[in-house]
Amino acid sequence: MNVHRALLLFLFFAPLALSAQESNPFANDPKAVVAGESQFRSNCAFCHGLGARGGGRGPDLTRAQKRHGKTDGDLFRTINDGIPGTAMPQNGTTGQGVGMTDTEIWQVITYIRSVEKKAPAGPAGDPARGDKLFHGSTACFTCHMVQGKGGRLGPDLTYVATARSLDALIESVRFPSKRLATGLIENTKEFPQEYETVSVITADGRQFRGVALNEDNFSVQLMDTQQQIHLFDKSKLKSFEKSRESLMPAYDEQMLPQKDLNDLLAYLFQVSSK
Amino acid sequence: MRMPMMKQSLCCAAFLATLLASSHGSAQVTADRIQNAAQEPQNWLTYSGEYNGHRFSHLNQINTNNVNNLVPRWVYQTGALGKLETTPLVVDGILYGTGQDDHVFALDARTGRPIWQYQYIYPSDIRPCCGRVNRGVAILGDKIFFGTMDAHLVALDAKTGNLVWDVAAVDYRGGYSFTLAPLAVKNLIIVGISGGEYGIRGFIDAYDPNTGERKWRFYTTPGPGEPGHETWAGDSWKIGGAAAWITGVFDKETNQLFWTTGNPAPSNRKAQREGDNLYSNCLLALDVDTGRLNWFFQYTKHDEHDWDSTQVPVMLDLDGKKVIAHANRNGYFYLIDRTNGKLILAKPFIKTTWSASKDSEGRPVATSDSSPTLNGQMVCPGAAGGTNWMSPSFDPQTRLFYVNAREQCDIFSTAPQENEPGHAYYGSAYFPAADAEPYWGALRAIDPLTGEKQWEFKHVTPSWSGVLSTAGGLVFTGDSEGNFIALEAKSGKPLWHFQMGGSVIAAPMSYALDGKQYVAIGAGSALFTFALP
Repeated sequence: MNVHRALLLFLFFAPLALSAQESNPFANDPKAVVAGESQFRSNCAFCHGLGARGGGRGPDLTRAQKRHGKTDGDLFRTINDGIPGTAMPQNGTTGQGVGMTDTEIWQVITYIRSVEKKAPAGPAGDPARGDKLFHGSTACFTCHMVQGKGGRLGPDLTYVATARSLDALIESVRFPSKRLATGLIENTKEFPQEYETVSVITADGRQFRGVALNEDNFSVQLMDTQQQIHLFDKSKLKSFEKSRESLMPAYDEQMLPQKDLNDLLAYLFQVSSK
Repeated sequence: MRMPMMKQSLCCAAFLATLLASSHGSAQVTADRIQNAAQEPQNWLTYSGEYNGHRFSHLNQINTNNVNNLVPRWVYQTGALGKLETTPLVVDGILYGTGQDDHVFALDARTGRPIWQYQYIYPSDIRPCCGRVNRGVAILGDKIFFGTMDAHLVALDAKTGNLVWDVAAVDYRGGYSFTLAPLAVKNLIIVGISGGEYGIRGFIDAYDPNTGERKWRFYTTPGPGEPGHETWAGDSWKIGGAAAWITGVFDKETNQLFWTTGNPAPSNRKAQREGDNLYSNCLLALDVDTGRLNWFFQYTKHDEHDWDSTQVPVMLDLDGKKVIAHANRNGYFYLIDRTNGKLILAKPFIKTTWSASKDSEGRPVATSDSSPTLNGQMVCPGAAGGTNWMSPSFDPQTRLFYVNAREQCDIFSTAPQENEPGHAYYGSAYFPAADAEPYWGALRAIDPLTGEKQWEFKHVTPSWSGVLSTAGGLVFTGDSEGNFIALEAKSGKPLWHFQMGGSVIAAPMSYALDGKQYVAIGAGSALFTFALP
């Protein structure tokens, strides 16, 4: 082979070699499912749950639709590179655990495919009616933003439906204090801030109640129920109390019949899938 | 030390005298100096300050009366991402430390300006467990020693950072690395291997500081014919883990190293490794000259929760008793007679659920329902433990033992897998238990004679910071929210804090220069120093 031809061949193949592999070499291999499940339990289940059904920390991966791409190559990139701006870390960078080899990532993808439901599944509900409820009688919008509009006291819900399992969403509506929502993530900190309820009395006797946007041993950054931000030095407060009772009301069957809940969830799914 | 040949002329003798008078960095660090480190409190000559592991500074310029005036003096940015875990050493005005990614630096301890920097180049396929971390250097003679991500031990010239020698302890591709600060003792550099998340065979090594020749190796899983071999089913000892990834301590009186070991591999799954799994999760008493094992104490037999016993063992002489105090990751505070390895006391210092009884020696015994299951079993403490590798401190003035404790329970689950060399080998999965939230931590002061808590300072979330106590009546520690905090040693009352903008995953130390006391701590990607104005 002459030099020019070799160079031409190199130029032809180089882009392929540089891009990530697109198809899973272990697709449908039962052995890879077993190995992948083990890797999944060690590396992924912390947020995505045993069985990949997701939960309060991460999306349900048994859903056919995937927000960040659903081809094998997409999944590989998501696992290997992480999703910037979310809790999904780059492979091997969590600081705990060693990360996975390419082979192990493909095995995990094989496992995810083995538990994935084939049909796109969402809650059976009417998204248009859910939209009306969200912005109307249930008053969700007074505390939650969707697509840049709404309140500020609770978490932004634009992408919540793909970021959490259906069960976790239902639990958050029916029993909001059971697991508080995750707030600010600081990249060198092990635990994200949670939406804890804070009540303070200042030295001059003023009282504020709201959620902690952030907190350390000496200060707290609070949003009160009027959605105003307050910055306090804890040592200067007369009283500082934290509670894991969420400020969000628990929407039981009476306040929110099952049909309404289904419609709300259908609306959030529609928004989140865009 | 190599001296320039200048003895012939007066002029040069005078020049030499000037050099010695300025003396910064020119003195040899002998093993005797490290042994007697308490006599030069302006320096910090070894990882824990002294061989006894106290992490106590005899300096008292910064004290309970003036600590509220403490201000930052300088900051050194490592420029790397990941966890900065170093404890710097200071010798005669020069500070030696390590950044993330095996970056070594020597700084003017007065200004933070670099004198030299050395970047070790390791292969792209290293096998770190928990980040590309390095906890610091050792110094002996005119050399700096550090371990690398690919399991090499490297010696640098202390004045220039030039490479003197570089030896591979083992083939890193099997899952081996070094993360600890080496310990310089007598004429040896001692290191313990990391890699308990892989199917490695753990060891502790001693090297000749001048040549890099290995003088001895102690394998932490015994081979055929060696005592303890019978505590491993089949060939499981070959991949049994028991890494030794935290710097130990040295007892000159008995010529022994006290070194601790980590979890057996795979970490949460007993299948394939039935037995006590010696010497995983042990305190080892090793003859420093030969590496021979004199005795051992196993904290957690047949560990299934990844509760490495890799905490600095702290040597105390209390009421005539020669003991080792050890707040263990398994949640118990242990007091051990260091003349014979016998247990004196074992008492929980956090909420524990894994043991309901003790054996005839007083050691907590695991209940059968604390074992991980396929569907998960909630156990306290969680996988990160009641504490972890962060250094504790002992203050001889208050006679209190300080440790950052963690209150967190986890669900432990198995993840069956076969070992493949160089691949992660956990056999396990764990998650924080939702009904055990919130997770929190506290700096706790423990009376080592009773194991009783004397005070605590609560952290919003668990802290990975080590602790320093000082003759100024102070305890220094950091938190995950980025604060560096000074507390009154006898009461735990916070007296001062400074927000550094990055989590503290390192231990503080103290030194003095020009009559001024400094306290140093890593946070985020930077090393911070503080002093009085």
